[in-house]
Amino acid sequence: MNNIFADIQLAIPEIFVFTMACVILLVDRFTHERMPRVSFLLTQVTLLVGFYLTLVAAPAGDAVKAFNDMFVLDGMATLVKSTIFILTFVVLIYSHGYITERKMYRGEYFVLILIAVVGMMVMVSASHFITIYIGLELLSLSLYTLVAMNRNSDLATEAAMKYFVLGALASGMLLYGMSIIYGATGSLDIETIRNAIQGMQSDDVMLILGLIFIVVGIGFKLGVVPFHMWIPDIYQGAPTSVVLFIGTAPKIAAFAFVMRLLVDGFQALAVSWSDMLTIFAILSMALGNIVAIAQTNLKRMLAYSTISHMGYFMLGIISANPNGYSASLFYVIIYSFTTMAAFGLIIMMSRAGFEAEEISDYKGLNKRHPWFAFMVALVMFSMAGIPPTVGFFAKLSVIQALIDVDKYWLAVVAVLFAVIGAYYYLKVVKTLYFEKPDTNEPITANFGMQFILSVNVFALLLIMPWIGVVMDICSEAISKMG
Amino acid sequence: MFEANQLSLAIWLPIAGAIAVLATGNDQRAALARIVALLVSIVTFLVTIPLYTGFDKASGELQFIENMPWISALNINYSLGIDGIALLLILLTSFITIIVVISAWQVIQEKVAQYMAAFLIMEGLMIGVFSATDAILFYVFWEAMLIPMFLIIGIWGGPNRIYATIKFFLYTLLGSLLMLVALVYLYFKSNGSFALADLYTVKLGLTEQIWLFMAFFMAFAVKIPMFPVHTWLPDAHVEAPTGGSVVLAAIMLKMGAYGFIRFNLPITPDASHSLSGFIIVLSLIAIVYIAMVALAQTDMKKLIAYSSISHMGFVTLGLFVFNKMALEGAVIQMISHGFISGAMFLCVGVLYDRMHTRKMSDYGGVANTMPKFAAFMMLFAMANAGLPGTSGFVGEFLVILGVFQVNAWYAIIAGTTLILGAAYTLWMYKRVIFGAVSNENVKGLKDINSREGLFLLILTLTVLVMGLWPAPFLDTIHSSVDKVLALSSVTKL
Repeated sequence: MNNIFADIQLAIPEIFVFTMACVILLVDRFTHERMPRVSFLLTQVTLLVGFYLTLVAAPAGDAVKAFNDMFVLDGMATLVKSTIFILTFVVLIYSHGYITERKMYRGEYFVLILIAVVGMMVMVSASHFITIYIGLELLSLSLYTLVAMNRNSDLATEAAMKYFVLGALASGMLLYGMSIIYGATGSLDIETIRNAIQGMQSDDVMLILGLIFIVVGIGFKLGVVPFHMWIPDIYQGAPTSVVLFIGTAPKIAAFAFVMRLLVDGFQALAVSWSDMLTIFAILSMALGNIVAIAQTNLKRMLAYSTISHMGYFMLGIISANPNGYSASLFYVIIYSFTTMAAFGLIIMMSRAGFEAEEISDYKGLNKRHPWFAFMVALVMFSMAGIPPTVGFFAKLSVIQALIDVDKYWLAVVAVLFAVIGAYYYLKVVKTLYFEKPDTNEPITANFGMQFILSVNVFALLLIMPWIGVVMDICSEAISKMG
Repeated sequence: MFEANQLSLAIWLPIAGAIAVLATGNDQRAALARIVALLVSIVTFLVTIPLYTGFDKASGELQFIENMPWISALNINYSLGIDGIALLLILLTSFITIIVVISAWQVIQEKVAQYMAAFLIMEGLMIGVFSATDAILFYVFWEAMLIPMFLIIGIWGGPNRIYATIKFFLYTLLGSLLMLVALVYLYFKSNGSFALADLYTVKLGLTEQIWLFMAFFMAFAVKIPMFPVHTWLPDAHVEAPTGGSVVLAAIMLKMGAYGFIRFNLPITPDASHSLSGFIIVLSLIAIVYIAMVALAQTDMKKLIAYSSISHMGFVTLGLFVFNKMALEGAVIQMISHGFISGAMFLCVGVLYDRMHTRKMSDYGGVANTMPKFAAFMMLFAMANAGLPGTSGFVGEFLVILGVFQVNAWYAIIAGTTLILGAAYTLWMYKRVIFGAVSNENVKGLKDINSREGLFLLILTLTVLVMGLWPAPFLDTIHSSVDKVLALSSVTKL
C-alpha cells in the first residue's frame, strides 16, 4: 500500500496496453493514408508484448493485491489474461482481410479492440466492485462501437442500438445490485463483503435482493436465457470480424467476471446463486439448442449455439467447488478456440468470393474444396461435443463436475439437450457433404490465413494426446485464486 | 518395441493409412487410392495375426497390455488389452475390412479416396473399441466411429440417405451419452478411476446398479439393436452403400453385444441377474417377432437387416442366461453372423450393382443367367438359416442348448427361429434366384467377375471352416468366457 511502484509493477501489462492504444490512436493519424498497415502491426506487437509482460508479472505463489486492494493478480488472472492476448492476436489476423475489403480498416478499429482488451484485463484482475464495473464498461463501450463500425449497414446499426440499450440496462441492474450489497455490508471491497456475509444470515432479504440484481446483470452480460435477446441480432448483424472478437475473448473474461463476483464475493451464498444459475443453464441449453434448429443463417445459428454453450459453461460454476470452476474454465477456453475457428472459416469463405452467411452457401463444399469442408465439419463436430474432438472433453469435464456434487438429473438434462444440439450441427455437415453445390466456382483464399486457420482447426483434434495438460493448467489456475 | 505395442499398431496403422489414401487426392488418381487402401487393409490384417498366434489361450486374463497416462486430471489412461472374445472380434474387423475394400473396387467411382479412407479410419476405431480397457478411451473410440459411418451413409447412400444417417447418428448418440453419465458416476464411486478393472470391483447397491444397467443398456441395446430400439437399423442398412451395410452388420452391431459383455455383466452383476428376465423377453421378441417382420419384406436389404436383428436376439439371449455354453454360443454367433450377414449384403450388392433395384419383385430366375452367383448365394442363404455344417449352425445350436438347461420354454421359443429363419431366407432366395427369367433386365445379367468371385469364395471358405471345425474359435474364448461368467456371478451388494 505504501509502495506505489510495487503496485504499478503488477499492473504493467494493463498500463502498457492502454498506453499503446493511445499511441496507436495518434500514430494512425499520420500513417493512415500512406502506410495503413502500421496500426495493424503495432497492435499485434502490443498484444505479443502484453502477453509476455503478463507472464512476467505473474506472481509465483498466492494472490497478490495492489492499489488499496482494488486490484488482484493470481493464477487465474494470469491464465485468463494470457488466453485473451492469444485469442485477440489470432482474431486480428483472421479479420485483417475482411476489414480491408469492407472498408473498416481504420485506426479506431484497432484502438477499440485494445481498449476492450484493457477492459477485460481490469475486470479479470478486479477485487473491488468499482474496478469490476470500470473494466466491464470499458469493454462494453468498445464493443458497442465496434458492432456499429460498419455504419452503412442497417442491420449492424440496429444490432448496435439493441446491444447498447440492453447492455446499459444490464449495467444498471448490476450497479443497483452492488449498491444494495453496499447497503447491507457497508463495503465495496470483495474480500470485505465476503467476510461480512459470512457473519450474516444466509436468507437476509437485502443480501438476496442484491444478489438477484447482480445475477441478473451477469445473466445479461453472458447472454443466457431469459436475458439472451441481444445475442442473435448482434451475431447476425455485426460485421463477422467483430462477432469473431465478441464470441471469443470476452467469453473467457466473463468467466473471470463471474468468478470474482459470485465465487470470491458471495461464496457463502453459493446455494442461492447456484440455484439461480441452474435455471439459467437449463433454459439456455433448451432454448439455444431448440431454436438453433430453425435457423437458416449460419451466424444466427451460431448465436443460438453460443447461448446453449453458455448454459453448459455455467454447469461447472453451478457445482460451486474448485473442481467445477476449473471445468468451466476449461470449457470456456475450448469453446473460445472452437468459435474462433468457426467464425474464422466464415470469414475465409466470405473473402473467397461469395457471401457465406447462409447455411445454404455451404452446399456441396466437399465437391468444391474438400479441405475447407473437412475443417468446417471438424468444427461442427467439436461444437457438438463428439469425440475425438476437444469439444467432447469440454462436455465431459462439466458433466463430471455435476456428478461430483450429486446433480445427476442436471447431468442427464445436459446430455439430452446435447443430443438435440447435435442435430443442427449435423445439418451443417449434411449441407457440406451430402448436397450438390449450386456453383462450381473454385474457391481461393489467402494462403497465410488458410495455414493459420488449419492449425487452429486441427489443434481441436490433434491436441488430444495433451488435453490433460490443458486441464491441469486450468485446475492449477483455479487453485491459485485469491 | 514392436512386440509391446501391437494393439496400438493395429489401431493406428489403418488410421495413418487412411491419411495416406486421402493424400492421393481426387478421383483422377482413384486407382492409386484403391491400391493403397488394399495394401493398408492387408498389412493391418497381417499385423493382427500375431495377436492370435501369440495369444495364450489358457489364460482368461487380458493380454498384450499397454498402459500410458493420458489425462492425469481425471485419471484417464491410454490402456489397451484383449481377451479371447476381443481377439476374435479384432480379427473379424481386420478381415472384413479387406473384403469391403475389394468389394468397392469398381462399384464406387465417386470420391474413391474418401470412401476408402472412411473405412480404414473405422477399422482403426473399431479395433480401438475392442481393445480399450479404460472406460473413457472406450467411449472415445465408440463415439468417434459415428463420424465416418455418418459420412459413409450420407455421401454414398441411397435416395433417402440423409434421413437414415441422421436418424442413425442421433439414436446412437442419445444412448451413448447416457452411458457417459453412468461412467462418470462410476468414476466417483471407484474413488477416481476409469479403469475397467477397478470398475469391476466397486461395491454398488441394487438400485444404483439398476440405474447404471439401464444407462449402459440404452447405449448397447441401440447399437445391437434390440427390440424396440431397432428401428434405425433397417433405414440405415437400406440406404447405406454395400460396404457400409457390411461393416454395420458384421462389426458395429457386435460392439453392442461386446459392450454388454464388458460393462453390464461385470459392472452391474446383480442388476444383470435381476433384469435378465426383461432382457430375455426382449430377445425372444426380437427373435420371433422380427423374424416374422422379415417374412413380410419386399426389399432384399430390409429383409437381411431384419434377419440381423433377429439373429442378434440370439446373442443377447445367450448373454443373459448366465450359462457357459450359451455365452460361448453367443460369442460364436457374433463372429459367424459377421461373416454371414456380410456375405448376404455383398450378394445383394452384387445384384444391386447390375440392376439398381433391391425389390424382390424385380428379380426372378437369376439362376439362369448367373449360375455361379446363385451357387454362392445358396450357401450363404443356408448359413443364414442355420444349416448344420455352416457357421450359422454352431452359434445358434450352442445358444439353444445352453438356454435349454436354464429354461426349456425359452429354448423352444428361440428354436422357432430355425423354422422362421429358413422360411424368410429361402423364400427370398426362391423369389430372386429360381423360376423362369422374369424380365428383360434379368435376361441381360452377367455372372460374377473374378473380383466378386474372389471375395465370395473367401467368405464361403470361412463360413464352411467355422461350421465344420469351430474348435480354434471356441478354444480361444473358453477361458475368457469363464472369466466373464465369474465376474458376473460375484455379487457386488
